[in-house]
Parts: sequence; C-alpha cells; structure tokens
Amino acid sequence: MTLLSGRGLNLDFGGITALADVDVDLWPGEMLAIVGESGSGKTTLLNVLSGRLAPDAGVVWYRDPNDHRHDVHAMPAPALRTLHRSDWGFVHQDPRQNLRMAVSAGGNVGERLMAQGARHYGDIRGAALDWLAQVEIDANRIDDLPRTFSGGMLQRLQIARTLVTHPRLVFMDEPTGGLDVSVQARLLDLIRSLVARLRIAVVLVTHDIAVARLLAHRIAVMQRGRIVETGLTDQVLDDPRHPYTQLLVSSVLSA
Amino acid sequence: MTVMLRTKALAKSFTLHLRDGLVLPVLSGIDLAVSAGECVVLTGPSGTGKSTLMRSLYGNYRADSGAILIRHRGETVDLALADPRTILDVRHETLGYVSQFLRVVPRVSALDVVAEVLLARGLDQAAARDTARALLLRLNIPARLHAIPPATFSGGEQQRVNLARGFIAGHPILLLDEPTASLDAENRAVVIGMVRDAKAAGTAIVAICHDADVRDAIADRLFSMTPFQDAA
Repeated sequence: MTLLSGRGLNLDFGGITALADVDVDLWPGEMLAIVGESGSGKTTLLNVLSGRLAPDAGVVWYRDPNDHRHDVHAMPAPALRTLHRSDWGFVHQDPRQNLRMAVSAGGNVGERLMAQGARHYGDIRGAALDWLAQVEIDANRIDDLPRTFSGGMLQRLQIARTLVTHPRLVFMDEPTGGLDVSVQARLLDLIRSLVARLRIAVVLVTHDIAVARLLAHRIAVMQRGRIVETGLTDQVLDDPRHPYTQLLVSSVLSA
Repeated sequence: MTVMLRTKALAKSFTLHLRDGLVLPVLSGIDLAVSAGECVVLTGPSGTGKSTLMRSLYGNYRADSGAILIRHRGETVDLALADPRTILDVRHETLGYVSQFLRVVPRVSALDVVAEVLLARGLDQAAARDTARALLLRLNIPARLHAIPPATFSGGEQQRVNLARGFIAGHPILLLDEPTASLDAENRAVVIGMVRDAKAAGTAIVAICHDADVRDAIADRLFSMTPFQDAA
C-alpha cells in the first residue's frame, strides 16, 4: 500500500507550466529521487506533495499509521501542521530555514519533541544528546548556538531536529547542495544509513545524479513540469530511454 | 534439476537519441536456461553482448521483448515485466550480481560494504561482520584492511571485496561478470573454490570469464553468443 500518492497534479505559474499531469507513488521505507535541471519543477512537486503549495488540479493522498487516507490539500490547516511536526519531516537545502538560530543546538532538537507533548527536561535533553551523537555532533556543543556551526554541521543538526520525532516520511530538497565535496560525502553516508535503519520513506529532490544513484531506490526524471521517465534508479541511469534522460546522464562528469 | 533462470526470445537494443535516434540491436532470440547447481559460462568475441545479457538478466537493462523468468520465493517472476519493488525483492532474496568494478560508498569500511547485504536481511551486526570477516580473509584481504573504506584499495583488492559482497548472502542465482579479471593465480584458485562450493550448495551461476583455466574449472556448459545479424 502506498504511503503517499499524487494523481493528475497540474500547476501553472502565470502561464508557465510548473507541473503537468504528474503521478507519483511512494511506498513505506522507500527513497524516491526527483531529478532534472533547474526550473524543471522538482521543488514545486516537492512542495505540492508536502501540502505546502496547492495544485490547480489533482490530488495528494497520504495514508496515516491507522491506515486512514487523507487528501492532503483538503486537510484543515492545524491537522496539516500537526502532520508536519510529527509524522512528516522536511529537510531544506538551507538549514537556516528550519533551525532556530537563537536557540541552542540541543534546544533545536528538543523543541520538536516538546511540540509533540514531551515535558520531562531530562528525557528531552537525553534524546537531544542521543540525536546529536547520531549525526556526529560532539556532545559538548549541545548548548552552543547554531550560528557557531559550520555549514555541514548545520545540515546535520537540521537532520537531527527532523528525525527526532521518528517521522515515517521525510521530504528533502537538495540536502547536500552548497556543501564541500568531503562534507557532502559524510552527509550522504549519514542520510543513507539513518534512512535505511529507521525505514523512513523519503522524497528527495536533487540535481545531482550521483546523489540519486547512491541514495534512491527509484528515480523520476522531470523536464518542463512533466515526469518523462521513471523506474528503478540503476535502470534509468544505466539504460536511459527518454532523450532528456540520455542527455542528463551523458552530461555528468565522472571523477 | 530445478530450472532457476530461463530466458525466452530475449531481445535488447539501444536507441541513441543524441545520435539522431540511431538504433543499436545487441541481443535477439536469446533462449538460455540455467538449473540449480549448474554454472553456464557465456562465450563469444567482444561486442557480442555478453555483458548486455548479464545486465539484462539482473534487470539493470530493460529488455525490449521476451521473458526473463526467475525462480523467486517458490514462484516464477518475469523480470522483464516486474515492477521496481519486485525487482528489488528478487535482487535482495534470489539474484546476486558481481560486477567487474566495485561501486564504493564514501566512508564505509570494507567489512561493512560486505556485511551490509546480511544486515539488510535482518542479521545482527556482530554476526554479519563475523561472516564478512571470514569471507574477506578467505579472499586474502588481511584483517588490517577490513576497517578501511576500499576506495584506496588496488584493483585486485577491490574486486575481491566485490566478490565477498556478492557471495556472502548465498543467493540461489549468481551472475558473475569477469570475477577473476584482475586477480593473481592464488586468488583465482580461491574464487574457483568459492564457485564450486556455491554450485555444491545448489546455486545456479551465469558467468563471463575470459580466463580459459578458470572457465574450464567452473563451467558445466558454455553458452556461445554470436554477433548480431541484421535481418536485412
């Protein structure tokens, strides 16, 4: 049974097609990469799937842990907010969009637990320490403000803040974009192992095909708002069929 | 013996859209059957599609037409028609593949690259690492290298890590693409021993292998491939 399904998604921005007849399915524990060049509609699709942006037409279904199906765009705003704070997570390319820069690292992680009703200070601090360790941030940085952190550390802190509530579904928008290659490798390995161990379903937007190959089970290639090719990641990348996918794959420099 | 893998009239071509839609036909009318405990070696000159057939058998390349029937969890699955999740389950449970080159993941140690397959099957970490360690040692990868990511290893060492990763889970069907290409005589002998053990355990094996000694040592049967003939 699919965890998340988009059907017939269409969206225009003042005459410019952002999404055209897009269908998407995501199963529990699966990582789906959405690839394509800038302006192909990847991030728009992510925002529509996560309920942050309403489509002109089409529907997004989410299946909750009690097996109830919800039409994401018909949900009352408070219910959608609760979903985003608990069962779902969102990892932005710029961690500052998600983190509270005036709150300590531990506070940033603990805050999401408190939003879920956790009240015991010792438990919350314990969970924050545990998650900082999982994303390889030193325990003695727990009381430091995020602005003293490097870009890679901020991104790892954002991941800790997102995963502390054990979401079943995480949306990621270029999570390794703008980071040094060595920092990127560490982050990719971290995402890969955490997602596999916790069996989290992920919709990952990236323009980096190597990232998609490393992380994703399935891939969807977007061009001008359409999904032009989709399938098993290694099939699509090693045996691309659509002209645009062939162009995308052949344009990658291999080190 | 049970047939584990069978292709029927398998065909595969490539359409190169960046070359004005040039069509390269590679495989047509491939009928191959491999039984449990049997090793079939693909033969034929370069360019006859041996690697393309291997990749098609793994579901890495998508067949144009024909069937790829795999004995999976007691049933028959047609890999040419299966959805992505079914193909992943077939690879997880039934179908192993040793490619010519190891695809290294940054920061993951050689031991964990090999153990990962068992972890994915739900084995606990200590047991998975013990099995991985023993297999790496059998392939003459010394213990001091086990904690190091294989990116810096030599070609032969990487190939042996790849072999360990391919053999560790005991998949009922194994595809081996040039398993001994960059190995010395001592390590070739180890691989021959591992293939023989796998066959004795009932594994069905398809291999590409240019080394005549290794081929003679492991093959029960040869499957000869010829260059694609245009119908016209």
